[in-house]
Amino acid sequence: MEIYLDNSSTTKVRPEVLEGMIEIYEKDYGNPSSLHSKGLEIEKKINTARMSVAKIINAKANEIYFTGGGTESNNIAIFGHLYNINEKHNIITTKIEHPSVYNIYKHFEEKINVKYVDTDKTGKINLNELEKLVDENTVLVSFILVNNEFGTIQDLNEITKVVKNKNSRTKIHVDAIQAYGKIEIDIRKYPVDTMAFSSHKIHGPKGVGGLYISSDCKINSIIFGGNQENGIRPGTENTPGIVGFGVACDLINEDFNKYTEKFYSLKKLYCDKLTKEIDDIKINSQLDNNGAPHILSVSFKDIKGEILVHYLENVGIYVSTGSACSSKAKNNYRILEAINLDKDYLGGTIRISLGYFNTYDEVEYVIENIKKSVHEIRDIIKL
Amino acid sequence: MYNVLALSFGEIFLKGKNRGSFEQKLAEQIKFALKDFKNIRVFKDQGKIFVETQRKEDMDDIIEKVKKVFGIVLISPSIKIEKDVETIKENVKELFEYITSKKEIKTFKIHTKRSDKSFPIKSMDFSAMIGGEILKNFDNIKVDVHNPDLEIYIDIKSKCYISSEKIKTVGGLPIGTNGKALLLLSGGIDSPVAGYMIAKRGVEVDALYFHTYPFTSERANEKVKKLAELIGEYCGKIKLYSINILEIHKAIKENCKEEETTILARRFMMRIAEKIAKENDIDMLITGESLGQVASQTMKSMAVIENAIDIPILKPLVGLDKTEIIEISRNIGTYETSILPYDDCCSVFAPKHPLTKPKIERIKKSEENLNIEELVNKAYFTMEII
Repeated sequence: MEIYLDNSSTTKVRPEVLEGMIEIYEKDYGNPSSLHSKGLEIEKKINTARMSVAKIINAKANEIYFTGGGTESNNIAIFGHLYNINEKHNIITTKIEHPSVYNIYKHFEEKINVKYVDTDKTGKINLNELEKLVDENTVLVSFILVNNEFGTIQDLNEITKVVKNKNSRTKIHVDAIQAYGKIEIDIRKYPVDTMAFSSHKIHGPKGVGGLYISSDCKINSIIFGGNQENGIRPGTENTPGIVGFGVACDLINEDFNKYTEKFYSLKKLYCDKLTKEIDDIKINSQLDNNGAPHILSVSFKDIKGEILVHYLENVGIYVSTGSACSSKAKNNYRILEAINLDKDYLGGTIRISLGYFNTYDEVEYVIENIKKSVHEIRDIIKL
Repeated sequence: MYNVLALSFGEIFLKGKNRGSFEQKLAEQIKFALKDFKNIRVFKDQGKIFVETQRKEDMDDIIEKVKKVFGIVLISPSIKIEKDVETIKENVKELFEYITSKKEIKTFKIHTKRSDKSFPIKSMDFSAMIGGEILKNFDNIKVDVHNPDLEIYIDIKSKCYISSEKIKTVGGLPIGTNGKALLLLSGGIDSPVAGYMIAKRGVEVDALYFHTYPFTSERANEKVKKLAELIGEYCGKIKLYSINILEIHKAIKENCKEEETTILARRFMMRIAEKIAKENDIDMLITGESLGQVASQTMKSMAVIENAIDIPILKPLVGLDKTEIIEISRNIGTYETSILPYDDCCSVFAPKHPLTKPKIERIKKSEENLNIEELVNKAYFTMEII
């Protein structure tokens, strides 16, 4: 038995994606920059993939740039926006960012004023405070659209309005890596300048990501080389990866509503059963449309999340503590602390994150084993 | 330049009846250390061991590996040639040119050692003859027999070996010449160092690792495996036993006082280690204990822990400070792995206020609440050998 519930860390590629990629490796292995027909063939396929990727957020194909992954997209965008900053400028982000944004802001603390806007108990940005923080010298506001640890969705509409009303020149970058393909995003409706996303979170291949740059916005290049991706991300394109990413997007575009509805109902099912079956637990995720459909963060009192993860892997169930990118760092509860989680619960958090392959049939087995494991661990720890 | 390494041992160990088995063990260790290299030959020539490679470009890497083999005192990278006077002349000149192209040499001296007495020219005469050849061919160079910038050694055995450089190694005795011990290997800094130090005295080392999976991570296992591999560069391939003691910790937690946890658990570890040792013809245990470092390493704690078993425990770090242990750990290359942050079983079940002055009577009394034999056997059956 193998039940993979760590889809926010990464996902298994869908068979159609793999098929598409194999074709590129075997047949269309040319370099899009080559003048001959082998180059042209693959160039066409990349443009098709670009359209598929754009469609998920209703962007124009020429606003999409392929990168080497989500972290790279965040770096290219933020460093690109901040290319010409000086000491009078300031930048704003939240305390619940993924390390790929948080650590860039930390890096800039040495150079300019960096402000961190508070979030409420559910992880939502405090709009009043945000309004106060944005001033005439604010160059950039960056925030995570769906938090990777507990899945809270930020209000794109309100946040962008608040920022641009206060200073229309302030650029807005959105880390949509957990949001892309999971919640509806119509980028036309909001004055977002750049947005980062990744392929391997939506059953596409690893090592490829996307960056949306609004046609009204220009960012400076931070990587130099050839003119691929308009010089934003030079280097020979990862053609199989890009095509695979495109196929993954097509599969979502086909059936977006069915896809997310299943996640919402599975999430609710897990949540109901866990709450019913196990005492002393806290659900950290929002269950209504303020929370992403695929992320359920649960904390158990008197448990160590890591131990529960090992108990569950023993019976073929794979979940995560907090988020995979920071879970190897010991006692790193930065994000959970930001939503004021009770200290008794802090260490006992796991994240169940859903993907295309998960089914309703799995729920009972998972709940049964979580219950059993939690009781066993509590017995041993409490003794 | 060089195609063989001539190895020197501490003279004292070369004497007596053990010499044959000593040399054989050493040759085995060298072959093991060089298992990843192609076209390697380890051979003896009139009482000396040599390592030969047909790929001169590998020589620097080979030296790095051989330096770590216990039982060697010095390595001389050498040129192996036929013992024909003209050939020797040519090769000494070539070596001389090679060395002078790298550093400035004003004075030199030639040493000749003639183990093969059938070689027609006496050592002193031969040194003078070769020295004359050098003086004839190179400018601004003088002989200095007392304090030369460069010494060239010509060793005439069944073949001739020319060398100039001598490289220091880690020393010690060849593994396997001094019995076998079982190292209690945790994921920390100390135990790999302890294993290294005992292995250095010629002891073959097996290792034993205790974990409490799923209370500890599989990554912790990987870390210990990595540490065993790292000290294996010195000790030869290490057999690593891994044992799950979660049931023991549970039983202790259920039946005994929290403050006694560490002492009781350590006594169980010793019993399990003793059992493995006895079944595998192992004479002693090794631990990384250092006096006073933690609660279980006070004089009284160590005495009570040791009391659980009959076989001796070697504690090579007992008188070292942490900084001294860290220094060795860095030198042997285990430090970076040791400090990786994965929980080992000590940290999850560690009591808040551990006993530092346990009394044996009291600990024995506590153990009356536990079925020791059954717990040891249960743990023993979780054994995996890596």
